[in-house]
Amino acid sequence: MKALVIGCGRVGSTIALNLHAEDWDVTVVDEKEDALSRLGQNWPGAFVVGHGMDTDLLREAGIEDADAVVVCTDGDNTNIVIGQVAQKRFDIGCVVVRLLDPARAAFYASRGMRIVNPTSTAINELMQTVRSCDVPRVEVL
Amino acid sequence: MYVIVAGGGKVGANVARSLLRIGQEVTLIEQRRDRFERLEEEFEHQVQRGDATELFVLERAGITRPPDILLALTGDDEDNMVICQIAKEKYLVPKVIARVNDPRNQAHFDLLGISPTICATASIMALVEHEVPEHDLIHLLELRKENLEIVEVQIDKDSPVAGKRVEALSLPEGSRLISVMRNGAAEIAVGATTLQAGDQVLAILEPGKEDELRRVLLNR
Repeated sequence: MKALVIGCGRVGSTIALNLHAEDWDVTVVDEKEDALSRLGQNWPGAFVVGHGMDTDLLREAGIEDADAVVVCTDGDNTNIVIGQVAQKRFDIGCVVVRLLDPARAAFYASRGMRIVNPTSTAINELMQTVRSCDVPRVEVL
Repeated sequence: MYVIVAGGGKVGANVARSLLRIGQEVTLIEQRRDRFERLEEEFEHQVQRGDATELFVLERAGITRPPDILLALTGDDEDNMVICQIAKEKYLVPKVIARVNDPRNQAHFDLLGISPTICATASIMALVEHEVPEHDLIHLLELRKENLEIVEVQIDKDSPVAGKRVEALSLPEGSRLISVMRNGAAEIAVGATTLQAGDQVLAILEPGKEDELRRVLLNR
């Protein structure tokens, strides 16, 4: 099983490490070489420096044989485009895209993309946590 | 006509200004505060501040009416692609036009079905190629939707077709000669047209047939 993780920030790097721990063959793509340090001292997978919008770079990173592509750069619109390139140009069955804006997330999810929206997850969690607090109700007269 | 212009840089602001001058209704959207404040002095209520890839910003600009045309003219190709997709597919804007900043992203615009697009770099290169004399085949126009292109070929004295009638040529399938330019005058190429050295010939063909056409017309 081969996975491509595009964007090696807090989220991308952890996903790469977790997938590797689950026996995936992982290649990470990030614009900045420094991002490699997020993967620890002995990252056994591949790391390619460059922009995920660059189709040649995606090929170099092995997208053509990838079983899964996880897109989590820090730009929503960049993620939307890269996700669609992976889906439509390279015909990858499992493309997962992180989007922070709930409105765009809902729109692209309705178009058949696998979108993960941490903002709405956070909103739900926060609401549940607030509701779970033991606060005495004020009677409205 | 109502036009939304996303991106108030040099391109967007000038387009908005030109549209207003010809009496069209325009809303210009600019994200950066410094630019917005400068634009507001000129465009007043016709410029709004915000990220045009945000749905509420587009809605505030009246995208649900919808506008007759949306122009995505920001300096960021990903933003332009997303603006066009949302405008076309969510708000059913009948016509979107996108600016391509980096010509390497053209393939992405095509993949996402965003058309027409305009790329200054590609336009400049096409003009420069036109000036390079040893370039046998000059691409003049690409008709993406039709999967056709129009090219120009200069017939020289060594060309195997010089002195031949158009109807006698075995042109590649899916290609036609359109016109012949000779001594500054153009005429439509018909079967009886005889080609001469020095002619500038326009041809229409399917992309990928360039080499075949070059072989027939120039034997190169």
